[in-house]
Amino acid sequence: MSKVKTPRFHISKRGIIPRRQTWLIRGAAIVLALILCAIITTMMTGLNPVKVYTTIFEGNFSTSRRIWVLMQNIAILLAISLAMAPAYKMRFWNIGGEGQVLVGCLATAACMIVIGDKVPNAVLIIIMLIAAVAAGAVWAFIPAFFKAKFNTNETLFTLMMNYVGLQLVAYYVIVWEVPKGSGKIGIINQATQAGWLPQIGSYKYLLNILVVAVITVLMYIYMNYTKQGYEIAVVGESENTARYVGINVGKVIMRTLILSGAICGLTGFLLVAGTNHTVTTTLAGGRGFTAVMVAWMGKFNPVAMIFASFLIAFLEQGASEISTMYSLNQSFSDILTGIIIFFIIGSEFFINYKLNFNKTGEKEAQ
Amino acid sequence: MKKIIALALTVFMAASLAACGGSSSKETQAPAESAAAESSEAGAEGGDLSNMKVGFIFLHDENSTYDLNFINGAKQACADLGLTEDQYMLKTNVPEGQECYDTAADLADAGCSIIFADSFGHEDYMIEAAKDFPNVQFCHSTGTKAHTEGLDNYHNAFASIYEGRYLAGVAAGMKLNEMIEAGEFTAEEAKIGYVGAFTYAEVISGYTSFFLGARSICPTATMEVTFTGSWYDETAEKEGATKLINDGCKLISQHADSMGAPTACEDAGVPDVSYNGSTVDACPNTFIVSSRIDWTPYFKYAISQAAAGQPIDADWTGTLDTASVLLTEVNEQAAAEGTQAKIDEVKAGLEDGSIHVFDTSAFTVKGETLTSYQADVDTDANYTPDTEVISDGYFHESEYRSAPYFDLQIDGIELLDTAF
Repeated sequence: MSKVKTPRFHISKRGIIPRRQTWLIRGAAIVLALILCAIITTMMTGLNPVKVYTTIFEGNFSTSRRIWVLMQNIAILLAISLAMAPAYKMRFWNIGGEGQVLVGCLATAACMIVIGDKVPNAVLIIIMLIAAVAAGAVWAFIPAFFKAKFNTNETLFTLMMNYVGLQLVAYYVIVWEVPKGSGKIGIINQATQAGWLPQIGSYKYLLNILVVAVITVLMYIYMNYTKQGYEIAVVGESENTARYVGINVGKVIMRTLILSGAICGLTGFLLVAGTNHTVTTTLAGGRGFTAVMVAWMGKFNPVAMIFASFLIAFLEQGASEISTMYSLNQSFSDILTGIIIFFIIGSEFFINYKLNFNKTGEKEAQ
Repeated sequence: MKKIIALALTVFMAASLAACGGSSSKETQAPAESAAAESSEAGAEGGDLSNMKVGFIFLHDENSTYDLNFINGAKQACADLGLTEDQYMLKTNVPEGQECYDTAADLADAGCSIIFADSFGHEDYMIEAAKDFPNVQFCHSTGTKAHTEGLDNYHNAFASIYEGRYLAGVAAGMKLNEMIEAGEFTAEEAKIGYVGAFTYAEVISGYTSFFLGARSICPTATMEVTFTGSWYDETAEKEGATKLINDGCKLISQHADSMGAPTACEDAGVPDVSYNGSTVDACPNTFIVSSRIDWTPYFKYAISQAAAGQPIDADWTGTLDTASVLLTEVNEQAAAEGTQAKIDEVKAGLEDGSIHVFDTSAFTVKGETLTSYQADVDTDANYTPDTEVISDGYFHESEYRSAPYFDLQIDGIELLDTAF
């Protein structure tokens, strides 16, 4: 509590600083966050903070299953973040990831339910994939089209599309619920496994993880080494410059958002066909929004985004382990997660701006 | 710098691997020692509970009255059986998706030999887990599939909560009569409001039994039911209750899991018959009584059976007799005089079989008295009715399957917003 006091400083914009220094700042932020969390943990619960941190670690790594689940969570979050990255790099504020994933989920589930027993499994999976990708793409294209043609506000538009997507899912859950009146679909084709993605060996989540790994590589290449990737960067820097050099801005916006939505749709496909085999309104689970944070934390660099997704998935899984092990309400672990993420995002400030804070900052925390 | 990070990571990973290796070997040794030490004591329980580990999966945490009721039952059962705190694990906020499977599998990895889940939507994922862990017992409350799934280690449980609802309805009827006598409204205006979650058999069975209980005392009672389309939606439940109150309902009850309806009643000063547990602390002026399922007897039964290596019923139904169906204390401040005595009287009648909740002479469907009804007891995608459930003059609820299957729309109850 006592260390909320403000040190003496003046802020100035930094030039480009060496990568080593940026990582030092980020590292310091994490250390500070951990120290603050430790103090809060001891004050509020009387638990030994080191034990709590060990528990976070064990919650993620103590069994191979936990590692797989962690990797799966990273993969899904990363996939949505990869979808967000090009849009954000273009300064198109797509906060509709949640809805784009959900309509992808819904399209996948719809195929599994409606034609699950009518076509061979391989054909079914291809149809599901196309449907999911198309659904996600359409969901992102609509706001992009209006942005490009009429300069509507994409933040509001994509946000509203989330609710439309969510309610569509809610509607179809009631249409397809089993048993009647229960408000849930349950596992689709549990007996026949029609439309379920094949499992590689005994690894339930490996296929999802591999697919996302491929997307990550492709997205890295797309953003850094292709003409389209360059156009995105130019539009993001300045639309006027883009126009001046002859880039059709509207076209770039629509093309990029179709890509963005398509990857979200694909993620929905992985969620339904690969793991959950059902559709619910909570299937995306807020990851469409978390992905925005991941994309920003990773500065739209797919490789850095792997680490950002890892961090968030790691903290979440650790948080639930803390609440189990110490019979704490989940809200407490959410507080810790919030503090850590706050510090990490806050550290970006110190990377962009200069501040004589090193010594005072460390003294305070102790 | 990169090298340092890489090195640190490597050391970290190695240390953690060593740590897991260490702890798992400890786990396997410890039970063997303690089992030997305590075998004499455990023998008295009919099974060896000393190396037993139990896992529980809950949809929400203690902020939901539904889950709180389960959490309390779980802790009570473990305490009664003498399990220490590190012998059971509670997993809260587990969604009805793959996370449920992952959590169940994780509990099995942690050495749990019996795992419980509390939410209807967990069922399919518990079945998946049961298939993958044949040596672990999976018990799912409120589910419907165990008796047809054919898995030795997958079980359902429920309780004849319709009897508790009926008794709670009796308390409601007493209150209505009292208010009529006090001249607050006429007998014809005795309308009850009910906030339900889904148009699902469990809810239908619940509000119908509640209504029949109330009407057995206050013959002119009618009821309006509104649905929220969610098991837990505080705002929708509160709005639903408020709408019913504005619609002229004189007494409210609910089958949804938040404090929404009880608080709406307290705000409006309308009596409320609650569910899942007493809400008297938050609603001292309006709370009458609450029926609830006490899961403790089931948890104790299933854990003991698993410890003794005995089979667990595929489909277990708790009753008044097993103390699974309970009524909380009557709140004298809100309830009518003599409520407790009347409840006891009716309860005795239910127990000795002289009263049946779904007595076909007590209700009509579209003006007709039923003599036969095929219910959908064995769950299938097309809801095919498969079992005759009316005989001896009453509808046999929770006898052919623990989960309720009474889904008739009886006369006197008006359903609002069925399309939520």
